[in-house]
Amino acid sequence: MLGDYSLSDLGSIFVMQGFAGLILFSVFLLMALGLAIIFGQMGVINMAHGEFMILGAYMTYLTSKLFETYLPALFPGYFFVAMIVAFLAAALLGAMVEWALISRLYKRPLDTMLATWGLSLILQQLYRSIFGAREVGVELPPWMLGSWQITSTIEVPINGMFVMALTAVITAGVALLIYKSRLGRQVRAVVQNRVMAGAVGIDTQKVDRATFALGCGIAGIAGSAFTMVGSTGPTAGQLYIVDSFLVVVFGGAQSLIGTIASAFTISQSRSTLEFFTSGSMAQVATLIGVVVILMLRPQGLFATKVRR
Amino acid sequence: MKLRGDNALFRRSELLGLLAFATLILVMLPAALDIFRLNLVGKYLTYAFVTIGLVVCWGYAGILSLGQGIFFGLGGYCMAMFLKLEASSVENTKIQSTPGIPDFMDWNQLTALPWFWKPFENLGVTLAAVVLVPTLFAFIIGAAMFKRRVGGVYFAIITQAVALILTILIVGQQGYTGGINGITDLRTLKGWDIRSDGAKLTLYYIECGLLLAAIVATQLVTRSKLGRILVAMRDKEDRVRFSGYSVSSFKIFAFCFAAALAALGGAMFTLQVGFMSPSFVGIVPSIEMVIYTAVGGRSSILGSVCGALLVNFAKTRLSESFPELWLFGLGALFVVVVLSFPEGLAGVYRSSAPRLARSFVAKLRALWRTPMTRSLDHELAE
Amino acid sequence: MTTKSGDARNLSRRQMLSALAATPALGFIGRPALAASAANTTGLAVTDSEVTVGILHSVTGTMAISETGSVEAEKLAIEQINSIGGVLGRKIKFVQEDGASDWPTFAEKAKKLLVNDKCAAVFGCWTSASRKAVLPVFEQYNGMLYCPTFYEGLEQSKNVIYTGQEATQQIIAGLNWVTKQKGAKSFYLLGSDYIWPRTSNKIARKHIENVLKTKVVGEEYFPLGHTQFNSVINKIKLTKPDVIYAIIVGGSNVAFYKQLKAAGIDLSKQTLLTISVTEDEIDGIGGENIAGAYACMKYFQSLDNANNKGFVSAFQKKWGDKTVIGDVTQAAYLGPWLWKLTVEKAGSFDIDKVAAASPGVEFKGAPEGYVRIHENHHLWSKTRVGRARADGQYEVIYETAELVQPDPFPKGYQ
Repeated sequence: MLGDYSLSDLGSIFVMQGFAGLILFSVFLLMALGLAIIFGQMGVINMAHGEFMILGAYMTYLTSKLFETYLPALFPGYFFVAMIVAFLAAALLGAMVEWALISRLYKRPLDTMLATWGLSLILQQLYRSIFGAREVGVELPPWMLGSWQITSTIEVPINGMFVMALTAVITAGVALLIYKSRLGRQVRAVVQNRVMAGAVGIDTQKVDRATFALGCGIAGIAGSAFTMVGSTGPTAGQLYIVDSFLVVVFGGAQSLIGTIASAFTISQSRSTLEFFTSGSMAQVATLIGVVVILMLRPQGLFATKVRR
Repeated sequence: MKLRGDNALFRRSELLGLLAFATLILVMLPAALDIFRLNLVGKYLTYAFVTIGLVVCWGYAGILSLGQGIFFGLGGYCMAMFLKLEASSVENTKIQSTPGIPDFMDWNQLTALPWFWKPFENLGVTLAAVVLVPTLFAFIIGAAMFKRRVGGVYFAIITQAVALILTILIVGQQGYTGGINGITDLRTLKGWDIRSDGAKLTLYYIECGLLLAAIVATQLVTRSKLGRILVAMRDKEDRVRFSGYSVSSFKIFAFCFAAALAALGGAMFTLQVGFMSPSFVGIVPSIEMVIYTAVGGRSSILGSVCGALLVNFAKTRLSESFPELWLFGLGALFVVVVLSFPEGLAGVYRSSAPRLARSFVAKLRALWRTPMTRSLDHELAE
Repeated sequence: MTTKSGDARNLSRRQMLSALAATPALGFIGRPALAASAANTTGLAVTDSEVTVGILHSVTGTMAISETGSVEAEKLAIEQINSIGGVLGRKIKFVQEDGASDWPTFAEKAKKLLVNDKCAAVFGCWTSASRKAVLPVFEQYNGMLYCPTFYEGLEQSKNVIYTGQEATQQIIAGLNWVTKQKGAKSFYLLGSDYIWPRTSNKIARKHIENVLKTKVVGEEYFPLGHTQFNSVINKIKLTKPDVIYAIIVGGSNVAFYKQLKAAGIDLSKQTLLTISVTEDEIDGIGGENIAGAYACMKYFQSLDNANNKGFVSAFQKKWGDKTVIGDVTQAAYLGPWLWKLTVEKAGSFDIDKVAAASPGVEFKGAPEGYVRIHENHHLWSKTRVGRARADGQYEVIYETAELVQPDPFPKGYQ
């Protein structure tokens, strides 16, 4: 299929395709980060992860409406405010869910899956009752639309670049938080040995709540960012859940590096396959690849060695 | 067969429960419901096959599979392929450009029956395939994973991914599978019209028979030494391994057993509902089936069956009365059950059964002296 | 029967109103023209003052996004019919069921509506899959279904009236138009991966290659719910087609058009023709992201005629000023009206008589202008091309001169 094109054409396609892969990588990583914290660090299977993302998306929608009505002059910058609102709303809901549900289930991790599935049904219906069954259109500030023309044939979408930058910032932030901060050390201590951590004076309950809220908050930011590339409707969250879990599991649940590496591998292979075959087949082939590799290497790409 | 003591197949309370359940589905429901509602009950009961399998696989062996829809769907598809071929006789499809093949193949320019459809022209082969194909598939997945000691959450998520792969494939290869519409418009089984009311009733009784047989078979498994090894494995896998047992073989067995039961349910579903579609293979139905089991009680066979019945009954009822709000109720039900009743309805029953049973029987006696309940009393008393 | 119409009973809404003004008592005093026993010989839920119909759509699950508009349109039509006296002097009462975006549930609920509620007609279904699931039920229990969605064709039933367009009606006129007006020589076909886009693209490909003698440079499908289109957008940039022909549905639409715009494909220069984006979808996509694209279907909210103005204002009065109306919503609105006209032509609620009387029934009050039922139970209708504006509406720029004949089993396109 590539025989008929000039070398420069191919070159620019190659570059643009590279960017397409990187954007997909950022999307996957952003979607998986919140889960990597909740599932990787706490072992909680949050099936309502997608719904937390959609909460972020709806918050963005509301913020955009508010700015449109009351502060039209500041509209170009509303997105930054929206992301903060999305984070806070999702984190708050996360903390509430942790208190009401998750904290009662730490001894039964698989059951968190069932409870959060019920939660996701409730949230979906809640969104439907509040915002209506139809999708809402989130209007973006004009500067985010359009593309950055590098050469006459190479164009890179600006919102894609924005997602990439955002992902880089959040990933760095999470890494700092987990590996350098006091909270991060406490979280890791609780993960490794809950009883012992409690014995040395860590308030495990507080740490759990903070961690869960943080993971949900990041999901909220991801949802806010995804209004740029995807749709916002009551059931849109379900689209993300399997992909997110696969990224986290494939990377090795407790490793942040693993999550990054696995998001990279999955997104690059999918985007390349998509270019040479078609959308459906690319997804099937990638999934099969991931499943086979997981069978060969059950603990994921970067597993931390733990004694059981 | 001994009925008392530790070695008996059924404990006394279990036997009573089973008898009450058999009376319910064989006598009371057919007497109380019209054929439309009874057919719905028949549909709910097809999920009971899956939940029984999950009791063995999840409740006993501790393997949570989020992909039971795969096997339910495969079993259903095998059955649907046979029925579709029978419905696509040359006579029925003479308006097509290639008569004699299913309509959706004709729409997708297929001019001959694909090779893997050929065996399904034969009923015997089909019935064997209904059980064997999904079991074999489960064996392959199970062997690949358990030999490498994949378990817990990882296993759950991988089965989910497999369910997703299968759904995308079935939807995408519509010329061979009917795509997202599934295989529809199934009419007869060896000339017997499965859509008539009489046939629905017969199918219902066949299903009840199969279900009771499945319950007994599962009871055999769980009460045997095998069942105890499964429980031991769930609780302390390494100790079982060090005692010289091949843990992976037992896990593969439990997984295949659950798959075979799910497939049976799928085939019955196709017969009762008259079609099969990829929406049963996916992630959502698979998780729902786990939830029926959780609501009913993951380590109680009869409990899980009741879970499947009750949740589906609630679903139908709530969605008829409050079509726009029923998800709230359903979601809340799951949350409450998981939080407050980890052993499901069966757990509630076990903790308060004796008192409840006494007062229930007393009430029944006092209130309704209809012939039906009298027969139930009779059986309960025995 | 197909061309000659104008049966005395086929009154337009306007005529009906004046007729009713002359006999104001009809239907309100409870003295219908026909006794229930005569108008209903098969045990449907018809009394002397009431007739029960069903509404069967998804109000939960992934399809609720699309089907909500249809429910609203059907309720509006029923309300309007009741306000002018109902059907054969009987008020319409409706029973609503939720298909929950799940095909077996549709079959179950359809059966409930026919067997338990004895509905004289059911307005419902949206996706092909749900229609295929309920079709055997309607045929077995002899019900009447009015289904609003444009669809892939290859189906015809005594028990179904298809008020949306079948594929050839929608596709061929649009392709002819784009070839003639834009001088298009090459097409890139895109679609969500299921039966309607695949079958539609098959018809499109045959028409492009065999009739228009131009070429298809790419054809691709994506799983439902797919949200990443950057790779295919690069492929489009590489192949530089004259026309992007897109049949993407649901939430994927939003992702596709946003990413298309972000990738620098300017729809005012690049021709894009779609048959799947109605005003409903634009609501989610955002008008500014799709402005300039062409859509080919039979109805746009901006159609300039008296019927449509009345319809749009009544709809927005009932369901809110901001509510938009897409092609399918309008087609859903036709259902109750066509049923009413047919019942009154047949003089009976009996399914067999209604089915037999359907061909030739014309509805002059249709928002899209005028429709007539063909012998194959589809509608004769005009096909139009609209261009998306930034405000989320379409500007109608072309319509076929004649009604397009429905042809669900097109020769040479299968």
